[in-house]
Amino acid sequence: MELFRSANIDWLGKKWYFLGFSLIFSVAGLCSIFFWHGIPTGVDFKGGTDITVQFNSTPHEDAIRRALSQAQIKDATIERISDVGGEMVGNKVIISLPLSSAQDTAHDQGRSEVEQALSAGYHDSGFRVVAVDIVGPTAGKQLTHEAELATLYSLLGMLIYLWFRFELIYGVAAVVAVFHDTLITIGFFSLTNQEITLTVVAALLTLVGYSMNDTIVVFDRIRENLALNRRDKLPDLVNRSINQTLSRTVMSSGLTFLTVLCLFVFGGEVLRGFSFALVVGITIGTYSSIAVAAPMLVAYQEWRAKRAPVGKRVALPAARGVRR
Amino acid sequence: MGRNLASRTGAIVAVLVIFIYGIFGIPYGGLKASLERRINLGLDLKGGTHLVLQVHVIEAVNSETDRDVQALNTALASTGATAAKLDPNNPEVITISGGSEAQQSAIHDIITGTEYAGYDVTSSGVSGYKMTMRPTEVAAIEERALDTSIDTIRQRVNTLGVSEPQIEKYGLGDNEILVQLPGVSDPGRVESIIQSTAKLEIHAVVASYGSMAEAQQANPSGIPPEDELLPGNNGEGGPDQYYLLKRLAIVSGTDFRDAQPSTDENGRPDITFDLTTEAGDRFYKYTDANKGTGQMAIVLDNQVREVAGIESAIRDQGRITGGFTEQQAEDLSLMLRTGSLPASISYLETRTVGPTLGAASIHEGVVASISGLLVVMICMLIYYKGAGVNANLALVLNLLILLGFMGFSGATLTLPGIAGVILTIGMGVDSNVLIFERVREELKLGKTAAAAVQDGFGHAWTTIFDTHVTTIVSAAILFLFGSGPVKGFAVTLTIGLMANIFTAVFVSRTIFDFLLTKKPRGAVELSI
Repeated sequence: MELFRSANIDWLGKKWYFLGFSLIFSVAGLCSIFFWHGIPTGVDFKGGTDITVQFNSTPHEDAIRRALSQAQIKDATIERISDVGGEMVGNKVIISLPLSSAQDTAHDQGRSEVEQALSAGYHDSGFRVVAVDIVGPTAGKQLTHEAELATLYSLLGMLIYLWFRFELIYGVAAVVAVFHDTLITIGFFSLTNQEITLTVVAALLTLVGYSMNDTIVVFDRIRENLALNRRDKLPDLVNRSINQTLSRTVMSSGLTFLTVLCLFVFGGEVLRGFSFALVVGITIGTYSSIAVAAPMLVAYQEWRAKRAPVGKRVALPAARGVRR
Repeated sequence: MGRNLASRTGAIVAVLVIFIYGIFGIPYGGLKASLERRINLGLDLKGGTHLVLQVHVIEAVNSETDRDVQALNTALASTGATAAKLDPNNPEVITISGGSEAQQSAIHDIITGTEYAGYDVTSSGVSGYKMTMRPTEVAAIEERALDTSIDTIRQRVNTLGVSEPQIEKYGLGDNEILVQLPGVSDPGRVESIIQSTAKLEIHAVVASYGSMAEAQQANPSGIPPEDELLPGNNGEGGPDQYYLLKRLAIVSGTDFRDAQPSTDENGRPDITFDLTTEAGDRFYKYTDANKGTGQMAIVLDNQVREVAGIESAIRDQGRITGGFTEQQAEDLSLMLRTGSLPASISYLETRTVGPTLGAASIHEGVVASISGLLVVMICMLIYYKGAGVNANLALVLNLLILLGFMGFSGATLTLPGIAGVILTIGMGVDSNVLIFERVREELKLGKTAAAAVQDGFGHAWTTIFDTHVTTIVSAAILFLFGSGPVKGFAVTLTIGLMANIFTAVFVSRTIFDFLLTKKPRGAVELSI
């Protein structure tokens, strides 16, 4: 079986569509971040208390809310979570308390208050606290700082590696594409108001690696073709490179997408955010290697050609260090 | 070619055997039990509690300078100068003041003596000195306080019977400790036992007041620097009581040798304690000098538990009563036995996972992995036919190496770690796809099967190398910065991808070569 037998698609001819598409999603995400939901962060970064309670029968959110308010617990949010895992893990509710419940000095107070409130005021069925996450203000700040540093360093690491292996412009184009993917993925979290947790940040960083991976496959082919025939027009050469790797791109991304989809469907609530980030990110990451990174190379070369004195040929650097 | 192929096959089989051993060890008691023995599960999978604590090490510096102030005042008594700490925000600074003109050189000699070598001395004003503890000295005290805290917490946790606890310094911030308690899903009691500084001291009582306002009235110019005002512990609903105590304790922390829960004459729980010989002598001297007139307060964690008149000289045994429950008396004597913490502790992060949730997570993770694996294998078979078998073999070997390495290295498998395994399946197969697509291209150019395989692998190698390096870079950064479960993800992803270079390139190539030896030279057919 073979898809795309000698595909011949003019990708660069569609660059304005791509630009429009990317802009719509980036701007929508940014609008949501700045004017609507913000970046919804979970207890890991915001601080606070998350208590996962499992009930013996279907929980009634109103009854839980009543029990909590009877015990003077304010500002609690209650979120019902649905797991496909069946009875062993079903009927769960996450009760979140704001940061004031998790001061560094009186850490565990919120949890015991909620437990007492439920024992006293919730009579529909028995319950069990199955997981508790308490993050104080100090830890929340540290974790945020850590996540920012990790993202920054990983982008920097990629840029340096690509600079070393290709040329600076390849590195810049790839990093811009990856940045575009991360922005759109975070925008999706904001639009759907899903919480970004520590594991989601891990997924975003994986995405940085994955999207880069995808871009490199295309770049590698461009580099190879440039070395073979330097006389071709760059847009044609880039188009050809994308088409030659198209089968691989679709196959690989498709398979990774399928595994991540399995994770999304069967992986349970704890990993839901993680797999959501990857489902969105892999789609966008594949798109961006074709629609963002490669056109950037062409745009850069056209810009250089315009600035160069008339009559002088300007070629894209074929990149050093092609080893084989 | 034949011999070369045989040795490569040998290498692959050897790797296979080694890593299967890594997963299961020498199997006894069934495969599942062996697997559970070898693979180290994270707290989010087996259930347990993860705590991050911060030690307020500055308190240790404070008590060190307190001791020095006391010693200085004794040494300076003949010169008429006094030592005091005036700024509570800078506990490392001691101010010396007073003393006549003629005594200045004697004062200077004392404060620059070898006992105070840890201080930088500067003169301030007309007659006065400022002693500032050197930063290296402060750092050493803080370091010691952190180490002592870790030891003390470990002892306390061990006494409670938690199996395989992990207590270590934690890198994210300053003076943080990570405590992992497998199997503890109701951390309430453990937390309070760890957190309690159990700072037990006996102070001399200067005065007592019925309320804060009364205390302020009695001391219009504020609390004198050599004294401190502490609240009493009068049980629920009892009257407020405040005590003005001498700041320097008669006996404290390390002076206690042993403590046991016991009951008083009325059958109520209390605690008896023993002092060390040296402290016992000191205590004897003090109680002998003040018997009949003085009062002592037993202070626990900056709260007065009990005030007693000194009826007779006491040497090395005492008792604390004060409305304990049996559990409290038992916990408290445990804490006194294991030593008090050098500084107080606060909690930064607590994460608890119950055993049922952990088991459910494992179940979900396994289901997701297996379904992901099946989907990928079926797609590869449909799309690449014969070569799909080849890729699937490489993929299975990839997973075996990954799990085997986890078994060997004792690395921890967490829930995000399982996600890393699943991602390895998806991304691992990418290398094979790259190679196969390249081989197909070469075949289209009219090359023979052998030449197409040769060139396909050769051309794809550069790309595979670059893509793996970038992904491993991002995983490595996650490992360096990530904490807990996220670290587990970085571990599995990194190992998985490294193993992938071996399986997708070396193993898969060997299988191709094996198939090609069966074909006549120059054949152009290859099931791909």
